[in-house]
Amino acid sequence: MTAPAGPSALESAVEPAVRRPAGFLRSALTVALKDLRAELRTKDALNASLAFSVVILLLFSFAFDPSVEETRALAGGLLWLVFAFAGALVWNRSFARELPNDCLEGLLAAPISGAALYAGKAAANWLLLMAVELAGLAVFGVFYNTAWTSRFWPLLGVLALGTWAMTVVGTLFSALTVNLRLRELMLPLLVYPMLIPALLAAIQLTGPLALGQPAPAEVLVWLRLLGAFDIIFTALSLALVEAVLVG
Amino acid sequence: MRGKTLIVLCGLAAALLARNLYVMLLELPDEAAQGPIFRIIFFHVPAAWTAFLAFLGAAGASLLYLLRKDLRYDAFAVALTEVGLAFAAANLATGMIWGRIIWGIWWTWDPRLTSMLVCWVLYAGYLTLRHAVEEPGQRARVAAVVSILACVDVPIVFFSIRWWRTQHPQPVVWGGGSMDPAYWNMLFLNWIPLLLLGAVLTALRMRQESWQREIEGLRRRAHAL
Amino acid sequence: MSALELEEVWKFYGDFPALRGITMRFDPGACLALLGRNGAGKSTLLRILAGLSRAGRGQVRVLGADPRERQARARIGVLGHGLSLYEELSALENLTLFGKLYNLAEPGRQARRWLERIGLESAGDALVREFSRGMRQRLAIARAFLHEPELLLLDEPFTALDDRAVAVLQELLGEARRKGRTVVLSTHQLREALEPASHVALLVRGRLAYAGERRREMLEDAGWLYRTYGEGT
Repeated sequence: MTAPAGPSALESAVEPAVRRPAGFLRSALTVALKDLRAELRTKDALNASLAFSVVILLLFSFAFDPSVEETRALAGGLLWLVFAFAGALVWNRSFARELPNDCLEGLLAAPISGAALYAGKAAANWLLLMAVELAGLAVFGVFYNTAWTSRFWPLLGVLALGTWAMTVVGTLFSALTVNLRLRELMLPLLVYPMLIPALLAAIQLTGPLALGQPAPAEVLVWLRLLGAFDIIFTALSLALVEAVLVG
Repeated sequence: MRGKTLIVLCGLAAALLARNLYVMLLELPDEAAQGPIFRIIFFHVPAAWTAFLAFLGAAGASLLYLLRKDLRYDAFAVALTEVGLAFAAANLATGMIWGRIIWGIWWTWDPRLTSMLVCWVLYAGYLTLRHAVEEPGQRARVAAVVSILACVDVPIVFFSIRWWRTQHPQPVVWGGGSMDPAYWNMLFLNWIPLLLLGAVLTALRMRQESWQREIEGLRRRAHAL
Repeated sequence: MSALELEEVWKFYGDFPALRGITMRFDPGACLALLGRNGAGKSTLLRILAGLSRAGRGQVRVLGADPRERQARARIGVLGHGLSLYEELSALENLTLFGKLYNLAEPGRQARRWLERIGLESAGDALVREFSRGMRQRLAIARAFLHEPELLLLDEPFTALDDRAVAVLQELLGEARRKGRTVVLSTHQLREALEPASHVALLVRGRLAYAGERRREMLEDAGWLYRTYGEGT
């Protein structure tokens, strides 16, 4: 008696057996890669955010003269204002890109959870926004003549945490407002007030780092706040997104 | 709640309020540093407590809606939120008046007023969102999510802004500055009529909301025929 | 195990009932033509079956499970009005994406196989943005059938299809029926829907006016069904 062979060529030409649906991480990864590929091909949101960031930094340098010592203290606030505005352009696209051709229905009908769909989009948004922010940071360094590169790694850490906070809330509200009229108004009206604690923490942490100075001692409090915000809102969003997407 | 109950509650609130005002103005002595205007705190602080209770209740009602899908929970949530917004506005107004008289400026970026302003904007966003959604089921769902998120955000906002600023006199309830027991009692005593008022307003608003939905339903049915 | 089982299903938009007490049961292998005028509730019902929407009241079971469960959705293919194709991705990328979402083994290879089947193998790397309408329709059909679903939900599939797309769809439907798959077709065009159908369900203002086998009279006389079971003209 020979041992049973593996699936023959004939069998694999016949219909495949019932599959188990893909797991959370794989589904989220598929969605994230899809969003990134689509965005990198069209570069709609990317170009808009980048251009917007640079122009705002330019405008800020007229409003807040970089050569004056006092305004350098505003560095953290300026940067995060720029990031928050640029971010809106990214989140806006996030679920809006699923509207043409009813693509959102195609995704919702697929065997992936709403949470996986959301997580994938949030991850893609995070990456895109981080790229825009790093570019913005470079421009800021030039305009304001700061030595932020000496604090690169802590700065990157703060950027990562702060951007995650913005992305988590922004992407959820993008899903929430996807087929509402006045979508462009809803997003900033709802998202920014909710983000105030996270932005506050990020600004306090970024301020000295962006100027090339070490972070002050009370930094731990803000770091904990930012971390707690990230964890709480990620958990809440993952739990609530299904209710948002399916009526 | 039935009409008669509401009237009784109103009457109770009015009576308590009258009694409190009498005590406040005639019996309690002026506070040492702040003079007569100090009495505004007996409205300022309980208004904030009422607003927080309302927002918390709204979040609870929202969660119940998401679980049970009964639109009455949604009516409860929006009624509570609007009442909460009203009391938050009262808190802001009394705070600003007090600040104007004590410090001569309308707005001081002290932590608690600032936080309350952020909360007010948050929940104003909730109401604006409701106006943007036509279909009642979708509106309830979407609003419920925002209500829950906003409620969780409220304490975080307060802590973060408190760490960021300190200009307000020591928080009297959360520890720190001390307060004469007579004042303490009045704070809680004055909270009761405010709560009663809040309950009456919520009930009225809920009733109005259910009538509104009935009208919308009839309109839709009329169009469909 | 039935393919479709609905019991006293209601769907409300606010207080307006779009579906009223729908009760029906169909065995696997049925080809169900879902008929009804505009606003009767066909799309609403299909969306609930596809797991895109939740019933307000009542029980829905699709292939033995709640349609919101991922196990059920893995075996359902959906073709709606919008074709659910990404304009900025190529045909191959679109199919591979859905292959991955439906957890196919070797999604890329399956995608290529399907492109050949629908005659788009030479346009595989072209972006959907550049496709003609007929090409998109064929691609959308491939997307719906890609994962060999046991249940197919097609919302007005024959609307505005060109000849090639109609041929592809009819061939795939025939094959699905031969393999014992269940098909639900909602449509206005009586003739085209009734021909392949084994069963018929008629929705009138949210209520199920008829649910059962396709009768000879329905095929011979276009208006018979509406006259006998529909309300008014």
